[in-house]
Amino acid sequence: MALGSAIMVVISRNPVHSVLWLIITFFAISGHYILMNAQFLGIVNLIVYAGAIMVLFLFVIMLMNLNAETEPQKNKWLKLAGVVAGGCLLLVLVAALKQAEVKGKVAMLETGDIGLIRNLGKALFTDFVVPFEISSILFLSAMVGAVVIGKK
Amino acid sequence: MHSALLAIDLFLVIEKLVLIVGIVSISLVIAMYETYAERKVAAFIQDRRGPNRAGPFGILQPLADGLKLFMKEEIIPNTSNRFLFILGPCLAMLAAMMTSAVIPWGGTLNVFGREVNLQIADINIGILYVFGVVSMGVYGIMIGGWASNNKFSLMAALRGASQVISYELPMGLSLIALLMLTGSLKMSEIVGQQLDSWYNVLYQPLGFFIFLVCAFAECNRTPFDLPEAENELNFGYHQEYSSMKLGFYLFAEYINMFISSVVMVTLFWGGYDIPFINDTSLSGMGNWLVLLQGLSLFIKVAIFIFVFMWVRWTIPRFRYDQLMNLGWKGLIPLSLVNMVVTAAIVLLKANGWKF
Repeated sequence: MALGSAIMVVISRNPVHSVLWLIITFFAISGHYILMNAQFLGIVNLIVYAGAIMVLFLFVIMLMNLNAETEPQKNKWLKLAGVVAGGCLLLVLVAALKQAEVKGKVAMLETGDIGLIRNLGKALFTDFVVPFEISSILFLSAMVGAVVIGKK
Repeated sequence: MHSALLAIDLFLVIEKLVLIVGIVSISLVIAMYETYAERKVAAFIQDRRGPNRAGPFGILQPLADGLKLFMKEEIIPNTSNRFLFILGPCLAMLAAMMTSAVIPWGGTLNVFGREVNLQIADINIGILYVFGVVSMGVYGIMIGGWASNNKFSLMAALRGASQVISYELPMGLSLIALLMLTGSLKMSEIVGQQLDSWYNVLYQPLGFFIFLVCAFAECNRTPFDLPEAENELNFGYHQEYSSMKLGFYLFAEYINMFISSVVMVTLFWGGYDIPFINDTSLSGMGNWLVLLQGLSLFIKVAIFIFVFMWVRWTIPRFRYDQLMNLGWKGLIPLSLVNMVVTAAIVLLKANGWKF
């Protein structure tokens, strides 16, 4: 379902439909998280991405009032280059996943409840406290930056 | 062995199905009578009589209204996006109903020797689930407003969505302070802690106030009903809607009101606890105690619904910039302060009041 709706994101003609398909993709991914017993991650993914960020996306796209007629026609060579680049990316991904597959499965089976909120909090605030704090500072600076730009 | 497991599962499925159907129909009936109560309260505040034609005291008025909405002609505008136009009200309704799944409606009932928990799903991320569903509610408004291909509807949808997103933040922050006290995200555990101690509202009065204001904003109720400001936007995001699809939008608002009252009661006012009485001393009453507790939950909820209506007919509508200022410059800093103070006190208490 995640793959199907992801494909629909790319091939829908209407940008608003694309965004709606992307939301369905996020739902499907959250479903995967919950199946892997990572409930916190799943629900936060829903709240943050599907609930907030995609709404802002929808805002912008609805206000731009795009439709199929006004879409700029792309160069033929540009399309060809896109296909080649996409194919290369696919090749790299397949090669990378082929090696990683077995390892990932073993790790997932052994630590089935790592995604529960208690374990997640413990891991974040003991083993990974420095990266966690650094990322929070990054967010803070991004927020200050947004305020500065907004004031102009 | 295998068949025994299957049998138990079947009972569980039946039990949950009955619960879901029961709770959904209860919320629908309550939402129906909220429309009646709203008109009666408005009439009382404005010194009128209110609906009094259908049945004694006009008690059949909601049925008549529903019948009217069902019988009306259904109009789908030519230039609208048909599928999304229908999807909008469905989503609004769905999001409104889904929250009730994690709310503990009472203790465990004893039915024919089976313990039946009056909570549909006791997941350990209960509150986050509520937030997830609330943030889904925006899509009903946005899709409906955009699909009707009308500038006023679009403007109203944008307003509604940005309002809901902005007020989700202080709501979440005020809840974080509460969660630091309870130490659990499970709704059933939060109620359980309040059963034999003080209600959370005594520890978190500011948090409760912020939550209340945000709940008004999330439900698009009057001091914050900018998406439906008639004098600026004709009618709001449901301008192009007619018949029962319009009814669904309006109904979803009333269900939201009911559900947010329930959430407030559960988190801050002890859920199904009977006030001023130690519930454990009545445990000999068995099932009757559980029913009494459920009744006390509904009485508390009714009081909150009345507060919603009271505020609606008392406070005039905000201007849009005032609304945003209140949200971002008033409530968020206030809830941040509340959070920090609570965190400091919790930490000090854990250290035995030593610095």
